[in-house]
Amino acid sequence: MSVEVAKHRELGLTDSEFELIVEKLGREPNDVELAMFSLLWSEHCAYKHSRKLLRQLPTEGERVVMGPGENAGAVDVGNGYAIAFKVESHNHPSAVEPFQGAATGVGGILRDVFAIGARPIAILDSLRFGELDSVRSRHLLDGAVRGIGHYGNSIGVPNVGGEIYFESPYEHNCLVNAMCLGLAKTEEMVRAAAAGVGNAVVLMGASTGRDGIGGASVLASAELGEGDDAKRPTVQIGDPFEESKVLECCLELLEKGLLVSLQDLGAAGLTSSAGEMASAGGVGIDLDVAKVPLREADMEPFEIMVSESQERMLAVVEPAKVAEVIAVCEKWQTGSAEIGVVTDSGQIRILRESEVVGEMPVEALVDGCPLYDLEPAAPEGWIYGNRTSLREDAGSEETLLALLASPSIASKRWAFEQYDSVVGSRTVRRPESADAAVLQIPEAQGAAIAVSIDGNGRRVACDPHAGTIEAVLECTQNLACVGAEPLGLTNCLNFGNPEKPAPAWQLDQAVRGLAEACEQLGVPVVGGNVSLYNEGPEGPIYPTPVVGMVGELPDPAVTCGSSFTREREAIALLGPFEPSLAGSELAKLRGELDSGLPRSDITSVASACATVRDAVRAGKLSSAHDISDGGLACALAESAIASGIGCRVDLQPLRERGCSPEEALFGEGAGGFLLSGDRETLTALGAILIGETGGSTIELAAGDRSFTVGVGTAESAWLSLGARL
Amino acid sequence: MRWGVLQFPGSCDERDAVNACERTSAEARLVWHEERDLDGIDAVVVPGGFSYGDYLRAGAIARFSPAMEAVSEFAAAGGPVLGICNGFQVLCEAGLLPGALLLNESLRFTCRQLDLIEESSVELTTPEGGKVDTRLSIPAKHGEGRYYAPDGMLDELEERGQVAYRYAPGQNPNGSARDIAGVRNERGNVVGLMPHPEHAVDPLTGSTDGLRVFEAVAAAGVAA
Repeated sequence: MSVEVAKHRELGLTDSEFELIVEKLGREPNDVELAMFSLLWSEHCAYKHSRKLLRQLPTEGERVVMGPGENAGAVDVGNGYAIAFKVESHNHPSAVEPFQGAATGVGGILRDVFAIGARPIAILDSLRFGELDSVRSRHLLDGAVRGIGHYGNSIGVPNVGGEIYFESPYEHNCLVNAMCLGLAKTEEMVRAAAAGVGNAVVLMGASTGRDGIGGASVLASAELGEGDDAKRPTVQIGDPFEESKVLECCLELLEKGLLVSLQDLGAAGLTSSAGEMASAGGVGIDLDVAKVPLREADMEPFEIMVSESQERMLAVVEPAKVAEVIAVCEKWQTGSAEIGVVTDSGQIRILRESEVVGEMPVEALVDGCPLYDLEPAAPEGWIYGNRTSLREDAGSEETLLALLASPSIASKRWAFEQYDSVVGSRTVRRPESADAAVLQIPEAQGAAIAVSIDGNGRRVACDPHAGTIEAVLECTQNLACVGAEPLGLTNCLNFGNPEKPAPAWQLDQAVRGLAEACEQLGVPVVGGNVSLYNEGPEGPIYPTPVVGMVGELPDPAVTCGSSFTREREAIALLGPFEPSLAGSELAKLRGELDSGLPRSDITSVASACATVRDAVRAGKLSSAHDISDGGLACALAESAIASGIGCRVDLQPLRERGCSPEEALFGEGAGGFLLSGDRETLTALGAILIGETGGSTIELAAGDRSFTVGVGTAESAWLSLGARL
Repeated sequence: MRWGVLQFPGSCDERDAVNACERTSAEARLVWHEERDLDGIDAVVVPGGFSYGDYLRAGAIARFSPAMEAVSEFAAAGGPVLGICNGFQVLCEAGLLPGALLLNESLRFTCRQLDLIEESSVELTTPEGGKVDTRLSIPAKHGEGRYYAPDGMLDELEERGQVAYRYAPGQNPNGSARDIAGVRNERGNVVGLMPHPEHAVDPLTGSTDGLRVFEAVAAAGVAA
């Protein structure tokens, strides 16, 4: 027994979980079974610390075609088409080996989307690293960006947007979240449930090797610490060329109606894909590991079952169609092997030729993991450090330039120019040209969709509930700026160790905030992913719920950018914007971060979004920009830099709302839109006029903090990121 | 007018190329890499992407495909051929175009909208006598696009008018020799360039200047 105890602990199972497995099997599991249980009962696969919380999220809506539980969620976009989308993390692999970790993160999310029969049409990414002055952070940033580019560019899916933040709590545990959108004919979409006793189980794509073994349990569900190099063999290696062939092959198979169901092989490889397919279909599956094409001849059955080799898909096929399926795979020069059969036993049976090497009830394996209640406790005050990089008596001009040059606010051109943003002929608004990416979908009724991804972990750390609501509001505001109305939302919850009280409290509060915002905005959550145990030696990361939102707009030709477009136009402020320095980028630079954030009024932000959206759709605005990191001064500078057109603005209206000059300039908070256009039009919208475009300087009147800075000077600061790497 | 657009495993921009051909009021179809038959096809696009994963060297495997054998014969007979990005690399590997494409000077993939100058052997003038604007706004996106040929060969290419496109001054994204973005063969019927004219055919996605590239290549073949 003592040997067994060591083994299951080594695999990440607790003693009581092990005892429950013994009880469910009526005997002790053998090595194959123990390996499979340890993976499917890991946090990564079983969501054992988050599933109960996630039940709060609203998942239903008129436009929802597929909700949580499938490989990806999907919303109806009319004319018989749906947009599938999902965001997923690949944090721990990227912290160990950033290039391959990020590349395979993209590969995995692409497979999730084409597994339901959708052709991937866009990628976005949300990245978090430690501060830029750390060599480790620069290494991780460089590797992750190259990895994302390598995979996405090679496979011909455009990368249309994203965000990167640099904060010291991510120093040891970077975040790499990738989101993919796909377009599908609704009636050709396929679910992952296995069905039809006697149907064949076919493994397609790459052969199976020893890479990624134990990734789900050892890497994805434990904290990172010393000696991570020893984990390098558990990081998967990506091959985008193989994925490109498997993608085209799967889409052709689905178009020809040759598959009953389809599932990608992600974390926990064959174990989770076969288990989940059987569970969803209420059937059993027999798999013969001797029939799995291998990279190395002497692999053990447990290794074959848990390998996380990339670019593999599992399909259920009627026996009469197997030959045709294999022929299509051969056309695309990708592997295929009939490795098993659907049964009515309710058991997952693993065979090596005629020998049974493992046999477990599907119910126990897939749904038997105990779900845990969190034991949340709010921490006392601010648990993350502070460091000062801007002196307190810095003048306004110096402050603005420091904010624009701050890596989290500065232009990410260095990164997004490494991504193909145009392949596919759909990209109407490319990165940095508007607050959200806009893609034309001539196939759909709405003719265009918009997408945005957001999640400022620092603000969530200040107040997990209010900060998460802000993340959802920011996405909604970004969509409004291009004239889009939200259809659905996906999320990736990146948090620390849920077994500790503070991260548990952050998670609990954040999910409540997410549910509240989605409920009040009427935006359904169609899918998501949870990544816990994101901690380094100094403690947990900032709690980081990353929100990806998809919306639609009626005409891709009538949208709006964030840059000023003409001289001598009016500039106006719209929405319930009450800026404060709490949790702001300026508070960070000054080393004055503390817990607490003002609450946002979701209903009035929603109403401001509707006003902006309608105005954009009516072609009434010259520019629309959400006021976000760095406050109004940074938003003005961004609109000015992008156009080369200066502005003259008086912030008195914000001072009348009770803001200090500093809060008016650099304060942050939800609900603010910066608009430019015709004076009468803006006034009619209820916006407050604050100035005019023109000239080559940014001139801001804010009482004793008034100042003027050249657009060129601001631009140099804003474009300084690449030079510092 | 009917275009054939080659499709290799790993091609990325082939559907965009078909769309672009159709926007020039021509027909277009995909040609699978194992096809040898180009019957009924008046012009060929070798599209962008990562044929065969660009393993070994960009374009080095695709050049041996049956479809490329057919394209070599088609080009020898004077048929118009346009190679874009990976297609340009394939045409260089196949010896249908001079020179080679090396890793970008930055050693990074770069995606950027930029201006190209259309090179012409004759100085075009407007009816009023002004110079015709030969600038095209077209995106480039590649990691191995630095045009290279020995100096002597570059001199010869310039003398024979084989430089088809140059990056506008200051906009060379990859360190290409003499800002060369695209070249043609001696007869003028085979043209290759790194930037992507098929992604500049729709005002909604940025520019329609790419249509001129397709039209010019189609015309070059007729004259050959």
